[in-house]
Formats: sequence, C-alpha cells, structure tokens
Amino acid sequence: MKVKFWGTRGSLPVAATAADIRSKIVAALTAANGRQFGSPEEIESFAEQLPFAVAGGYGGHSSCVELIAGGAEHFICDLGSGARPLGQNKIATHGPQRPQTYHVFLSHLHWDHLMGLPFFVPIYLPGNRIVIHGCHAEMEAAVRLQMSEPCFPVAFSQIAASVEFDRLEPGGTYEIAGVRVTPKLQLHHGDSYGYRFEKDGRSFVYSTDSEHKLNNPETAAGFIDFFRAADLVVFDAMYSLADAVSVKADWGHSSNIIGIELCQEAGARRLALFHHEPVHDDAQLDRLLEESRRFEEITRDGRAPLEIISAYDGLTIPL
Amino acid sequence: MQLTSRPHPGATVLVAAERIDQASAGEFLAALQAELKQHDPAAAPVVIDFAGVDYISSVGLRALMVIAREIKAGKGKIGIAALQPLVREVFGIARFDLVIPCFDSVEDAIAKLST
Ligand SMILES: [Zn+2]
Ligand SMILES: [Zn+2]
Repeated sequence: MKVKFWGTRGSLPVAATAADIRSKIVAALTAANGRQFGSPEEIESFAEQLPFAVAGGYGGHSSCVELIAGGAEHFICDLGSGARPLGQNKIATHGPQRPQTYHVFLSHLHWDHLMGLPFFVPIYLPGNRIVIHGCHAEMEAAVRLQMSEPCFPVAFSQIAASVEFDRLEPGGTYEIAGVRVTPKLQLHHGDSYGYRFEKDGRSFVYSTDSEHKLNNPETAAGFIDFFRAADLVVFDAMYSLADAVSVKADWGHSSNIIGIELCQEAGARRLALFHHEPVHDDAQLDRLLEESRRFEEITRDGRAPLEIISAYDGLTIPL
Repeated sequence: MQLTSRPHPGATVLVAAERIDQASAGEFLAALQAELKQHDPAAAPVVIDFAGVDYISSVGLRALMVIAREIKAGKGKIGIAALQPLVREVFGIARFDLVIPCFDSVEDAIAKLST
C-alpha cells in the first residue's frame, strides 16, 4: 500500500505569495554564495541539499489523502481542495472513457474537508461510481447542500457519475474492496471520525480534526489502540501543545506532541504531521518538524524510534 | 512524582521531583491545588522548583496550565525554575515557555516575578 497526500492544510487552503517565492529565491542564492554551476544536474543536486522550505514547500490544498491499496478501486480520505488535482490525475491516468470506482471516507462535513467535491472531475463522467462512506447522519444532506444554489452553480442532480452514500458505524469493521476499514469517533465540533485501513499486514490511520483533552486516560487508551503498530498515522498537529490546552482549547484540533506521545505508546512506525495551520509558512513548518523529531528523540526512552514526517501536497509514502 | 513546599519569605516555593506523566499527573495537579489552598497566590509569587523533575509529558504540562490559569485568575504570578536542560527543551517545543515563564534559578524567578 502507498499513501499519497493531495491536500495537507488545515481549515482553509492557502497559496504561496510573491513574497514567499522571493524569500526562497533570496535564500537559495545566498546559500549558493556566488558559486558557478557547470550543468543542470549540478544545479539539481545543489537544490537537493537546500532546506525543504527553500527548495520546496508544503503546498496549500485542504485535506485530501489517497490510499493506493493496489486494487482496481480507489480510496480517498476527505475531499478538501486537494481533490481537484487528485481528480485530474485520475483522468490523466485512466482516461475519461474507462469507468472507475472511488471510495471516499469523510472525517466530517466541515467545508475544508468537502470543498473539493464539485471540482473532482470524475463525478461529471458517466460510468464512474463514487461511494461516499462516513458516519454522519447528515452526510448526504451536506453534500447536496454544497452543490446547490446559492453555494455552487452546478446542482448535485447534474452529477453524471453514480453517487452512493454508505453510513458506517464507529467501532465497526468493514471489508471494502479488499481493505479492512475501522472508523473511530473523535472529539470535534459536530463530531469527526478517524479511519484505520488494513491490508496485507500493513496499516494506515487517518486521524484529523481530532482534539485530545488529556484529562481522561481511557480516551487516550482508545486512541493508542486505534494507532497500534500502524505503519503510518496521519495526525492533526495544527497547534502547539500550549495553544491546544489553553487559548485554542475546544477548537477541535491537536498538536505534534500529543501525536508523538500517542504513537510512541502505540508502537506506531511512522507519524505524519497534518492539517497544517494556514498561518504557518514553509520555514515554520520545517521548524515544527525539526522540533517534533527532537521531542521524539528525547522522549524515546528505550523504545524503537518513531519516524516523523510533515505531510506536504504531492508527497507519496510507501507503507 | 513528589511535591513539597520550601519555606521562603518572599514567595511560595514548591519543589517538584521525578516523573510527571500519565500515571502521576493527576496526583501532581491535586498536590498543587492543595498547596495553593494554603498560600494566597496574590500575596506572593508561586515558583515551582523543577530541578528534580527529569520528565514531563503532555498530561503533566496540561496540569501546569490548569494551575497557571487558576493563579492568574487569582491575580497571582507563577514561574517554573531550574529546569533540567531536556525538560527546558520540552517546554520550548510545547511553547509552554511563552505562557508560563521559565527561569534559571528559584532566586532569579522570585526576583523577576516580585517586580
Ligand atoms: Zn479541518
Ligand atoms: Zn473540522
């Protein structure tokens, strides 16, 4: 299995500004320090050594993560604005004529997790089948509302693909196109749900828009079980721990530190920081990753190391 | 986890020790709250001597936040002093040092919080 990130930003999509690009160019030229390059390859290998925030960037699409499970059917977690490039990629790969089945798993119905659906081109192609799985009773109503006047000019009824809604029960386990899927209730305004996916001895947990209150060991134990030995946990690390337990308490999000502690307890292999704060620029996200790795190192306490990455738009992780 | 108080004329000095983690954070919070019932935080700053603390988890940090808010609500001041280097680093990564001031020593904390 592989996981590909199409949208990693929290709450609201963002885009790099002219000032952001300029500061990357200035940083790169400063690092080059007048050096001459003999070939494009030399320039490439120089760029390779620059910090990710200088030579790359985290991107700005809102939540959309693909699970590539190896079968013919597609798995997608959330339909944030990252669903637009994902849809285009699918059309480019499979062509508009070959019908595909897409399984979508919705964490919840907030707009940053749903806004990509009207721009997910496969819905406009007859023959495609879209199955929207989720635990909210209002799932179908929310999707229909988003694609209706005055929110959007194209009505839900104009979708050419067949769309089905599949209501799941948190705590239940489902076999969906060869993948075992377990949803879990999470603390968030209007509730959210995490999903654990398992196939061929590999496991992937998608857990975003999830607040951890730290005042109930049983709740923590439930998440430790949910993350148990996962090959990858995608975790809502939007805020600092201090913010998450004070000024931004009850805002429905979590922090890098809580993600690391839960993954350490669970014996997870890899943690991806996700749902990035829109206010953070690439340099701040680089710094948060570096600090997260340092925190893991100093709290490892004899355990196997936990690999920590910070998700960015376009990143693919083999499990 | 251990919490004791050390007499001081200009401050309420509490001395914490060992690990403050999931298993002990509840006890840590209860012990802090019990101490603060006996000392009016508005009358003198509260300084927690952390020299003996070698580990604090998120649950322990949350307990400190609860106490800090109670002290601030009571018009008092709180500081953490003499943190071990790794514990100090955790405070920075968690951004707790932006909310609860950290000092090199108990005397330094008292001097700065008393002004
Ligand atoms: Zn969100
Ligand atoms: Zn949300």
